[in-house]
Amino acid sequence: MTATAPQMRILIIEDDRESADYLVKAFREVGYVADLASDGEEGLSLADSGDYDVLVVDRMLPKRDGLSLIGSLRDKGNRTPVLILSALGQVDDRIKGLRAGGDDYLPKPYSFAELLARVEVLSRRNVGPAEETTYRVGDLELDRLSHRVARGKDELTLQPREFRLLEYLMKHAGQVVTRTMLLENVWDYHFDPQTNVIDVHISRLRSKIDKGFERPLLHTIRGAGYMIRDGIR
Amino acid sequence: MTAFGKLIRTTAFRLTLVYLFLFALFAASLLAYFAWNTRRLITEQITTTVNAEIGEITSIYDRRGLRGLLGTMGNRALRPGANLYLLTEPNGQALAGNVGSLAPGVMGIQGWAETAYRRLDDNDNTDHRALVRVTEMSNGFRLLVGRDLEERRRLFGIVAKAAQWSILVVVVLGIGGGIFVARRVLRRIDAMTGTTKRIMAGDLSGRLPVGRSGDELDRLAENLNAMLERIEALMVGLKEVSDNIAHDLKTPLTRLRNRAEEALARSGCEADYRAALERTIEESDGLIRTFNALLMIARAESGQARGNMDDFDAADVANGIHELYEPLAEDDDMTLRVKAAPAPIHGNRELISQALANLVENAIKYGKPNATLQPLNAAAREILIEARREGSQVLLSVTDHGPGIPEGDRKHAVERFVRLEASRTLPGSGLGLSLASAVATLHGGELRLGDSHPGLVATLALPARAGGSDRLAAQTQDVPQKAA
Repeated sequence: MTATAPQMRILIIEDDRESADYLVKAFREVGYVADLASDGEEGLSLADSGDYDVLVVDRMLPKRDGLSLIGSLRDKGNRTPVLILSALGQVDDRIKGLRAGGDDYLPKPYSFAELLARVEVLSRRNVGPAEETTYRVGDLELDRLSHRVARGKDELTLQPREFRLLEYLMKHAGQVVTRTMLLENVWDYHFDPQTNVIDVHISRLRSKIDKGFERPLLHTIRGAGYMIRDGIR
Repeated sequence: MTAFGKLIRTTAFRLTLVYLFLFALFAASLLAYFAWNTRRLITEQITTTVNAEIGEITSIYDRRGLRGLLGTMGNRALRPGANLYLLTEPNGQALAGNVGSLAPGVMGIQGWAETAYRRLDDNDNTDHRALVRVTEMSNGFRLLVGRDLEERRRLFGIVAKAAQWSILVVVVLGIGGGIFVARRVLRRIDAMTGTTKRIMAGDLSGRLPVGRSGDELDRLAENLNAMLERIEALMVGLKEVSDNIAHDLKTPLTRLRNRAEEALARSGCEADYRAALERTIEESDGLIRTFNALLMIARAESGQARGNMDDFDAADVANGIHELYEPLAEDDDMTLRVKAAPAPIHGNRELISQALANLVENAIKYGKPNATLQPLNAAAREILIEARREGSQVLLSVTDHGPGIPEGDRKHAVERFVRLEASRTLPGSGLGLSLASAVATLHGGELRLGDSHPGLVATLALPARAGGSDRLAAQTQDVPQKAA
């Protein structure tokens, strides 16, 4: 969400008029270029010709269903990241969606904050920077090879899982990361815990990387999730 | 289909027809054998008699000459009965006997012949048949002795008539019996069909009539009744669940609606609206969670999740869940420990993880020791996750030292939406144990709730993967390193 970044272009393929309009409006409000296709065929031709950063595809569409649309895009060599929206929220449906070539899967009903966070993480992938071996946010430094974490001159000791949590947050520095994204990507669980189990892990991590430092780096984004960011930028 | 059409299409009737044919065939062949033997016997008798007569007449001729022969012939020809006699000169001129006419040429051949004839004293002009033997005597005369075959014909007629009648009786009795049996079976089948139609129309309490004979139809009816019993129980369960769903979803929906209404009615400031909206979102998130849990349970119970099964070690699941929940427990002033031994299993890893997570969440929420009843030592605040293999089972258990669940309530606690009195005030959907139980059932295992004196021990008992222990022994060597 830096000012210099070019405007993100996003295509929404969704047949339900009301939710489609809501998505287009919401994405435009956060400064995206958002286009809309209301069936599978139209979606395929738009996705094929347009230069989009992310496609948001409903699983069940008229004329051509979401999974087959993704399949033919991938067959043509189009690698645009795809987020699948589906009313079928179960584990095996998600696996089917990802196998068909989707990059992420979000069951309905979802919150826009969750969708936005996932779309931003996906589009960063589209830019495709080489996987760095060292992540830096402010004076916090994480070395992925030696598993060394330091803030300023202080060496920090993290548990393996805390390291992976911080690694994921820093990989997406400046982006909102939701609790479900953390549970999926750091722990590889796809269920919905009834408790604030992620918050407790975050607060432990926070006490290690932010405690005693003047400027906090790990921020809670209300109603959405967490973000690691150097406050000054 | 007409009633008769239905009748003749029954298996019983068709079987009867087959038996009918077999019995008729049997009766016919029995009678044929009888008739043939009788005929042979009569023929034998005739030949013996005729041979004896010829012998006698020849010896009379030898002893008393032509005169004696003619006398004897005359006497015998006059005897009433079925015997035939004829004596001719070598030129064919009849000398004595009681034969009026013969089929031509019979007298020319020596030996046995069956021929048409007329007696001299016969008034009617009908031909009769006879078995005769012609012999040439020493003086060149020809002698014919024979016997009428009427007797044989009549006997044959009697047998033929008997055959006709017996076949008729077999057919009539057979068809009658077939219809009787078929109708009996059909009546019972029709009764069953009627009941099943009523049941299909919605009356699940209907049961098939079961007779006392204990035959195959009764056994079938008993089995179908047992099946109906199970279906009815399932339907009652389903209804209970939907009632519970209606109740437990309607309550938060009503709250949701009331809050929105209240916010609208009170023309408050923006902060009020904001707070009301935030609470609304919170409440709907809770609803979505409940829905998801319900769908998950439904899927686990219907067996749809069977597709995503693979081989893994339940100890990894225990370690993973421990790692995830350990900080949460610590924040709640509890200790979460794990004791995991290799436990190979074939199943849906995601679902088993979730089931175990639910048990751990329950233990953290409800497993706090009661300070007034027991000293609050560290052991009482401990929750233990255990994974181990026991015989053919893998046990994944969570033990706490809280108030536990009274034995009488344990079965009840697993049911959907059931929140025991003690937990009513705490947040939760009441679906945690149901999901764990459904997951266990999906894998062919069960959820056991027991007493840990004091406290609750909840165990997922799942079938262990057969033959996986060797491979796992090698696999688990790196587990301690992972945990370190």
